Amino acid sequence: MPATPFLGKDLVGLAPLDGTQIRAILDTAEQFKEISERAIKKVPVLRGKTIVNLFFEASTRTRISFEFAEKRLSADTVNITSSGSSVQKGETLVDTARNLEAMRIDMVVIRHPSSGAASFLADRIPSNVVNAGDGRHEHPTQALLDLLTIRDHLGRIEGVKVCIIGDILHSRVARSNLWGLMRLGAEVAVCGPHTLLPAAIEELGVTVFPHIEDAIAWADALNVLRLQLERMHAGFVPSLREYNRVFGVTRERVERAARDLVILHPGPMNRGVEIDSDVADGPHSVILDQVTNGVAVRMAVLYLLAGGVPERAEAAKHEG
Amino acid sequence: MDGAERQLLMDERDVTRALARMAREIVERNRGVGALSLVGIQRRGVQLAARIADEIERAEGQRPPVGTLDITLYRDDLTTIGPRPVLGETRLPDGGIDGRAIVIVDDVCYTGRTVRAALDELADFGRPARILLCVLVDRGGRELPIHPDITGRAVDAANLQRVEVLVPEIDGKLAVELITAAGTR
Repeated sequence: MPATPFLGKDLVGLAPLDGTQIRAILDTAEQFKEISERAIKKVPVLRGKTIVNLFFEASTRTRISFEFAEKRLSADTVNITSSGSSVQKGETLVDTARNLEAMRIDMVVIRHPSSGAASFLADRIPSNVVNAGDGRHEHPTQALLDLLTIRDHLGRIEGVKVCIIGDILHSRVARSNLWGLMRLGAEVAVCGPHTLLPAAIEELGVTVFPHIEDAIAWADALNVLRLQLERMHAGFVPSLREYNRVFGVTRERVERAARDLVILHPGPMNRGVEIDSDVADGPHSVILDQVTNGVAVRMAVLYLLAGGVPERAEAAKHEG
Repeated sequence: MDGAERQLLMDERDVTRALARMAREIVERNRGVGALSLVGIQRRGVQLAARIADEIERAEGQRPPVGTLDITLYRDDLTTIGPRPVLGETRLPDGGIDGRAIVIVDDVCYTGRTVRAALDELADFGRPARILLCVLVDRGGRELPIHPDITGRAVDAANLQRVEVLVPEIDGKLAVELITAAGTR
């Protein structure tokens, strides 16, 4: 009888996870942080496992972060990007994956421009699938590292007031953050131009702030999203300068905040658009801590997906 | 507990006496406290290492540095037992391990696989001058050529029996129990 793995076979998003699972990932990541501080940054736990990083969309931070996580767990890794692979010759996603399967791989980390690509793949191959961002759907490891960073700086997530600022409509980071924050009992708000907020988002129990000054006065933590400039030709905002004037996280606005703010940004930043350099490099910014935590969170996810039977693991304590 | 039988092997005074003797043996073998560091294996080796350090301090007036080691990531059976979702802390003793006399402290020595993993993990951190193995209970049943240098008590336990070391910080008392599951006697 196959036991139920702790996280299931795949990590497609945070929506299907409960608070216990999310907390377990964060607690595991907490212990993995220390490995990256060692002189020999490597543990043998995934030795002999082959992981394919399948990136159909540009990425620096996420891809490298996954790759560090994999290597620090001693896995063997292969990177595939859409340019320079058979994808350019018209191969379908499933065919690419099946061919990889035929070479006996254990895990696939996938980034894809289409929402649902990760779960589509997860349903069709026996390997573990980790979603590294699919269209507008979810980017679960980004949200997990945001949660870990908030917990590091504020000591908890339950009851913390977090406002996500910017382009909520197109953002998989926002969506994964919403699920994760709500599962762990945070109070969540969003702030941004009406054209970039999903319709009826209030029905999820999310507060909407039309004015950024009110959002900053309310929040303990701000998660400032990247304005996705590549989509701005569709006329969602009149101009970048106007966006910065109305919704930009500027030093003046942050200094007027009632309490110490924690300011997150998933990167890459558009300095002077959604966030000013003074803030990004200022005392409230935890942006580089997010990057550090990203490696630990991804190590935790890969580790938990690799085996994942905590009940039987419990018995192992008495061996030895 | 579903008809399992628990038999007391060592009570609090037995354990305390054994730890005191083990502390003396450690110091004697090392010829003093100089260059000595203890490393407790998660979870209950950690509390035992702290108690041994207390004893050494009481006798010698100097407390050796104490660290903790979680060997979960170095186990050789991840795919058969699956990972533990909550890992314990790994923290080297102050002063590191290079050139030190390291004493690995664990509660029970059984198959030897935990110790094998601990040796691998220590080797990734540096090069101790020497490593000693110190366990409260040696229950036999080794699957690897590993033998404790300092033992609190040797117990002959059958395969299906379990030896449990209880510490106040986790279990509310200090004792060693032999557990025989129902129907295996």
